[in-house]
Amino acid sequence: MQQPNKLSPFFENLNFERDDNTMVINFGPQHPSAHGQLRLVLELDGEQVVKAYPDIGYLHRGIEKMAENMTYNEFLPTTDRLDYIASTANNYGYALAVEKLLGIEAPRRAKVIRTMLLELNRIISHLFFVATHALDVGAMSVFLYAFREREFAMDLMEDYCGARLTHSSVRIGGVPLDIPAGWMAQMRRFCDTVDYELEHTYNALLQENRIWKMRLEDVGVISAENALSWGCTGPMLRGSGVQYDIRKEEPYELYAELDFDIPISDTNDSYGRYRLYMQEMKESTKMIKQLILMYDETEPQLMAHAPQYISAPKEEIMTQNYALMQHFVLVTQGMRPPKGEVYVATESPKGELGFYIKSEGEPYAYRLKCRAPSFFHTGLLQEILVGTYIADVVTIIGTTNIVFGEVDR
Amino acid sequence: MRKYVPKDNVQAKSYYTDRYHVVPTVPTQGVESDELFTKQLEAISSQIEVKSAKIMLGQMIVEINHEDNYKAIEILKNECGYAMLSEMSAVDYLAKDGNFEVFYQMLNLTESKRMRLVMRIEPGLAVESVVPLYKSANFAEREMFDMFGIVSNNHPFMKRILMPDDWEGHPLLKTYPLQGDEFASWYEVDKIFGKDAREAIGPEIRDQAQIDRYDTKRFSRVGYEVPFGADISAGETKTPIEYSKTFLVDYQAADGVEPAEHRK
Repeated sequence: MQQPNKLSPFFENLNFERDDNTMVINFGPQHPSAHGQLRLVLELDGEQVVKAYPDIGYLHRGIEKMAENMTYNEFLPTTDRLDYIASTANNYGYALAVEKLLGIEAPRRAKVIRTMLLELNRIISHLFFVATHALDVGAMSVFLYAFREREFAMDLMEDYCGARLTHSSVRIGGVPLDIPAGWMAQMRRFCDTVDYELEHTYNALLQENRIWKMRLEDVGVISAENALSWGCTGPMLRGSGVQYDIRKEEPYELYAELDFDIPISDTNDSYGRYRLYMQEMKESTKMIKQLILMYDETEPQLMAHAPQYISAPKEEIMTQNYALMQHFVLVTQGMRPPKGEVYVATESPKGELGFYIKSEGEPYAYRLKCRAPSFFHTGLLQEILVGTYIADVVTIIGTTNIVFGEVDR
Repeated sequence: MRKYVPKDNVQAKSYYTDRYHVVPTVPTQGVESDELFTKQLEAISSQIEVKSAKIMLGQMIVEINHEDNYKAIEILKNECGYAMLSEMSAVDYLAKDGNFEVFYQMLNLTESKRMRLVMRIEPGLAVESVVPLYKSANFAEREMFDMFGIVSNNHPFMKRILMPDDWEGHPLLKTYPLQGDEFASWYEVDKIFGKDAREAIGPEIRDQAQIDRYDTKRFSRVGYEVPFGADISAGETKTPIEYSKTFLVDYQAADGVEPAEHRK
């Protein structure tokens, strides 16, 4: 046993052999497959995991605390840093919660743009999942192909809002910008590319790949009961055979008008979840194609008209005195939503992203709780890793698709 | 006179509020306006005491006594079909009412209904853990303990989750400043270099926007530059600003040599 003192601290990684002949190893927080800052303390009996303890908090930035000290509009760019793979989904989840609290609704064109961006972000996130998951499992080339398509998607985001990763492309009450010229044509081309590549590259590389199937099939099996109990949402829940998608069951934005299917998998394993992700990308491109047609029928208004809460368009601010006065008050003091509380859940690429906001009528939220899907998926690891082999640990972490920006917040 | 700063809530506050500003309230409905919620509320109120119930923005909010939380959630799970505990956490009302509000956000997947169970709890009291009913409460209750110091009884592993284990204070309390307290500013210094090094290193500057007028190691004033680390408490002398000189190429070469040739 080690005798730690000031000069020789306790080295966890040296403490291999224990009395009962199990080995304790630290997986992360700097492990490349740990998806960020996950530290997993594993107790191994040979190569089998006896006990797993996910240790999180290495990326804790106190985002909920910051929300209490920022006005509602100030906080919006901070939500980018939650799930930084698909930041528009966070922006949107937060904006929708505040809009519900204010009782306002975004104009139709903003809704079309938002839904389109949400689905584009879902594709970005899912491509990232396929890329990194395949890389973790050992299929290097898929990473390169998936990042090629993801790059196109990021370029589209860049053309729309100027940012590639931290978009802040949604505002409370609408969107800040209209679609630039030629963007829709590029978007359509992108959808066709993704559809084609899904079929001819990713599926061709992975779906019937012998090694891929051996690594994924019957690995990380989560029963429906377990998934519900652990609070799994999104693909993790649907991968366990529970057909629940917030876009379908509690439709927000334009999802009620769109024609799309909710794929589920009843194999409950990693392979089923991988198939699910691929299918969801296809559904996303289907939705974007419908939205492109819907865009042309909309009026050009982008932000909701609610002078008490939302600044007038810039044109009005620069020409009309009263709009300028209101804009000044909203910028210096911030909007004051009515007193009340709201919990709004949206289907982010990772699962149910919920924002609970408690407002006391002040320009600062009294309490903001961000329900991050990855947080609960990380909790699940302590149960499903037990009994698996060390080689499958990487697969299971990969399949949960956790992002540490939102686990630690 | 120094400006009065309330100690029980040190979070950001609006610098100006109109005297005639009336705070509106989000409209609420009675539970009887929704058939399903009415049935569920009856199931709860027949077995435990319900303090208040309403529907706000499409979700039922039921307030109960904090002793009944396990029983209430058991009813919700087994009789009302709430198969998932989406989230649970607390809100700090210590400054206003002297207690915390703990909420449980529940989801019924078959009916696509959400409801929130809320309860008030005095500081120092513990809630009963609901981990036997919903395993998702495992992490959520640990986070609540970490952030507010509310302990859950019979939790399998009641330990801090996001903050380090040896941290002092609970960050989401309203009494906890955004930039961290005294303990936070010394935490890393003590941890990495030891307490003996405190004097040599100084506290961690946790306010990223802080500017120290006399700190010449990290800041300098344009036009008053001094050597690195110089003491300027007695004032500093003005230094002439040196602009970078742009060398213009004279194309009208006087000696008949082309400028490009000249530069060689």
